[in-house]
Amino acid sequence: MRMDMNRRDFIRLCGGTAAMLGLSYSWVPEIAQALEQAAKRPPVIWMSFMECTGCLESFAKSVNPSTADIVLDIISLNYQENIMAAAGTQAEADLKKTIGQGGYIAVIEGAIAVGIPEAMMVAGKTSLELVKELTQNAAATLCVGTCAAYGGVQAMRPNPTGAKGVKDAIGAKTVNVPGCPPNPAHMLPTIVHYLLFNKIPDLDSDGRPLFLYEQKIHDNCERRAHFDAGRYVTQFGSKEETLQYCLYKMGCKGPETHSPCPKTLWNNKQSWCVKCGNGCIGCMEPNFWDRFEDFYQQLPNVPIPGFVGVETSADWIGSTLVTATMAGVGIHAVTTAAKGRFKKHPEEGEGPPPAKTEASQGSED
Amino acid sequence: MARIVVDPVTRIEGHLRVEVEVDGGKVKDAWTTCTLFRGFEIFIKDRPPLDAWHIAHRICGVCPTSHGHAATMGLENSFNVTPPGNAVLIRNLMEAAQQLHSHVLWFYTLNAFDYVDVLSALSAQPSTPALKTVQDRLKAFADSGQLGFLDGGYWGHPAMKLPPEMNLELTAHYLQALAIQAKAAQALAVFGGKFPYHMSTPPGGVTVVPSLQDIENFEFIMKEVTDFVRNVFVPDVLAVAPYYIDHATFGKGVGNFLSWGVLEDVDSRDPYKRALPRGAIFGGQLKVEQVDPSEVQEYVSHSWYTHDSGAGKNPGSNNATTAPQYTKVDTNDKYTWAKTAQIKNKPMEVGTLARMLIAYLSPNAPYYATVKSLVDSTLQALGSAGKPEILISALGRIATKALESVLIADKAEADLARLKQNIKDGDNNWFNPKGHDVPDAGAGVGAWEAPRGALAHWNRIEGGKIASYQAVPASNWNFSPRNDQGQRGPVEEALVGTPVADAAKPLEVLRVIHTFDP
Ligand code: SF4
Ligand code: SF4
Repeated sequence: MRMDMNRRDFIRLCGGTAAMLGLSYSWVPEIAQALEQAAKRPPVIWMSFMECTGCLESFAKSVNPSTADIVLDIISLNYQENIMAAAGTQAEADLKKTIGQGGYIAVIEGAIAVGIPEAMMVAGKTSLELVKELTQNAAATLCVGTCAAYGGVQAMRPNPTGAKGVKDAIGAKTVNVPGCPPNPAHMLPTIVHYLLFNKIPDLDSDGRPLFLYEQKIHDNCERRAHFDAGRYVTQFGSKEETLQYCLYKMGCKGPETHSPCPKTLWNNKQSWCVKCGNGCIGCMEPNFWDRFEDFYQQLPNVPIPGFVGVETSADWIGSTLVTATMAGVGIHAVTTAAKGRFKKHPEEGEGPPPAKTEASQGSED
Repeated sequence: MARIVVDPVTRIEGHLRVEVEVDGGKVKDAWTTCTLFRGFEIFIKDRPPLDAWHIAHRICGVCPTSHGHAATMGLENSFNVTPPGNAVLIRNLMEAAQQLHSHVLWFYTLNAFDYVDVLSALSAQPSTPALKTVQDRLKAFADSGQLGFLDGGYWGHPAMKLPPEMNLELTAHYLQALAIQAKAAQALAVFGGKFPYHMSTPPGGVTVVPSLQDIENFEFIMKEVTDFVRNVFVPDVLAVAPYYIDHATFGKGVGNFLSWGVLEDVDSRDPYKRALPRGAIFGGQLKVEQVDPSEVQEYVSHSWYTHDSGAGKNPGSNNATTAPQYTKVDTNDKYTWAKTAQIKNKPMEVGTLARMLIAYLSPNAPYYATVKSLVDSTLQALGSAGKPEILISALGRIATKALESVLIADKAEADLARLKQNIKDGDNNWFNPKGHDVPDAGAGVGAWEAPRGALAHWNRIEGGKIASYQAVPASNWNFSPRNDQGQRGPVEEALVGTPVADAAKPLEVLRVIHTFDP
């Protein structure tokens, strides 16, 4: 075990990690071994560009592993402006050293100012210059939040600063964990997935890990039965809301948003956007501010079945296939994982991991 | 004379560069530069007013709840809609959770490394097994050779004054505080759906219809936070203060203070009756004046905008604009993306110190007695009984942050009790449906307080769309550049006179900036 925590804490951490990745508890020894055998904590540079610090704030709400566990035991957070002790020239030195050594994970929060580059500067350099430096030597580039992934709030019409997501700004290959803000229950599994399997997860066409973002909110929503039965809230704070009817007519964007929010929930599973009665505004979709403009208007062209119809069945078939694929991907990645960091599970051979394989389920606890 | 540039200023929200001129071991002059411009006022324009509260909410991810509330209150003002009492209570509770989240995060995560020498904690004699565990963990971390987020801190700096045992204890509390700020966010999410960026407060009230169980859940989680505030945060501040008592002699600033008021009085809805009331103080006088958002004026002579974007306009006026025009960092001319916000042609300090001074001097506000006893007993403990003016300092900003946290905890408890009583009495009113009727035309302002200070959102609606939207958040006050008369902004002024022991490691400069909770 790592020297810096007691065994019980360590096993708890490994259990949390397994749950985040949708693996069964029997994987804990493997995960423990992978983390224990790492000669050093993987270096991470987290850089913030055109942002509101909400992504970092959200990340700092991690529970099990907690933020303290993450920065003390899992990664080496060599640069992160909100948390790091160093400032000014000392902070610059930390950045230069880590970039020079290479092999770090670059985590990017915030959009890149392309139209007016000076709209975002750190230490006299523009975000456009910095993001190129940062991604060049990175082992992987992870965009957290809708801004880094797709431009986000400042990129909405008329985009006065010419803000863009990292991929659009410089053509870098990125793994995107969008959200305004992104959920720590989505960010952590993505990082841990990379650490354990030593490769980036399979992505959808918007750069999002499939194991998280394959399904739509509407597919897993706790109010779905009401949608299917045609029971809707038509006024906030009403009796229908007390009965937790569907929020489709209040403008919920769940039917067109790909994200596991209804399963991962927020803030140690306290609640989420539908549960609090507002509905989803689609914050994990590219360009959602413009695409879903007029948030409280009902989405056009969503078939309302009134009973469990064809559309619903198709979605369920889809989700089953995803689960099976993920299991296959998982075991393949494990068997090919680099340099003995992660060994094959003894009882499982080449088959899929046993028991729990809720592929799209992340968890904070 | 030497010019020192600190860029990036770390452990803050957002992006900041600071330049100071040091002479004879003291700061002689200072310039603050906000290095990010996003253009909210431009892209909120022409949008549906009901979207505006979600968009303007995104101005700050560290104080999102306050921005969400100011935006919604501004829209309610334009719509001429009053939210029901239960909605006001829920909003207050969410605001309280956010403020405590922010204050705890600020003292520990953002400030502690300015005063607590983490590496010195390694040589402490741990007084309890729990502290020994923390020390062992820290030792293993340091021995790993990967200092990570602690690399390059000002460890061993001559201005670090705490003994190793206190450094260890504060480091343990630093780790504990990381969990507590997450707890506060969990409490907020019970009513808000999530944090950051809660979802439940559009114009008209709240969308959440909480069960009694939800309310008890909120109460249960908040209790852990308020216990930490009362039993750890406040004692820590009082224990550390004597070692840094000289910090009461610098960091004074401009001596003008503004608070729009926060935590609504559900019965009167009067901003002067908020738990932290509205008011302004001018020229360091211990006297509060009434103040209105219509008195705010913005200037851009030292900011990267065209002349039209400022020149004394009120953000609510129908010719207020924001047109960016970057030149370069020139401390003699334009050097920041922040505008200069003023009242009566004066730069105003905003934040906890402003709120607590104004509350201390507002005998008609409902929490006056609480504030008075908190402040007076603290002054006594610091050996400065009867001298509230010593609070106008770097140390005063830190002390008032802790005291304000106690007040917020008290207010949250009172609001919770009231909410439960309302429900018992059969009040099941959460949303005023008029909040969904967007008028064709209107104008309004929402003036409220983020943890880091006064913020106000002005909107004008024409043809059922946002015709103009202007926000003046705390940083446009505290991080104002010079005004048209060449007078420094509040942080710039507070930096003047700050001792600098080692120009290569300007720790004291960071300290003063951090006291403003930027
Ligand atoms: S429309 Fe929204 S609230 Fe209704 S079932 Fe779909 S996701 Fe849930
Ligand atoms: S439910 Fe919708 S708005 Fe809420 S976090 Fe998920 S994607 Fe974003």
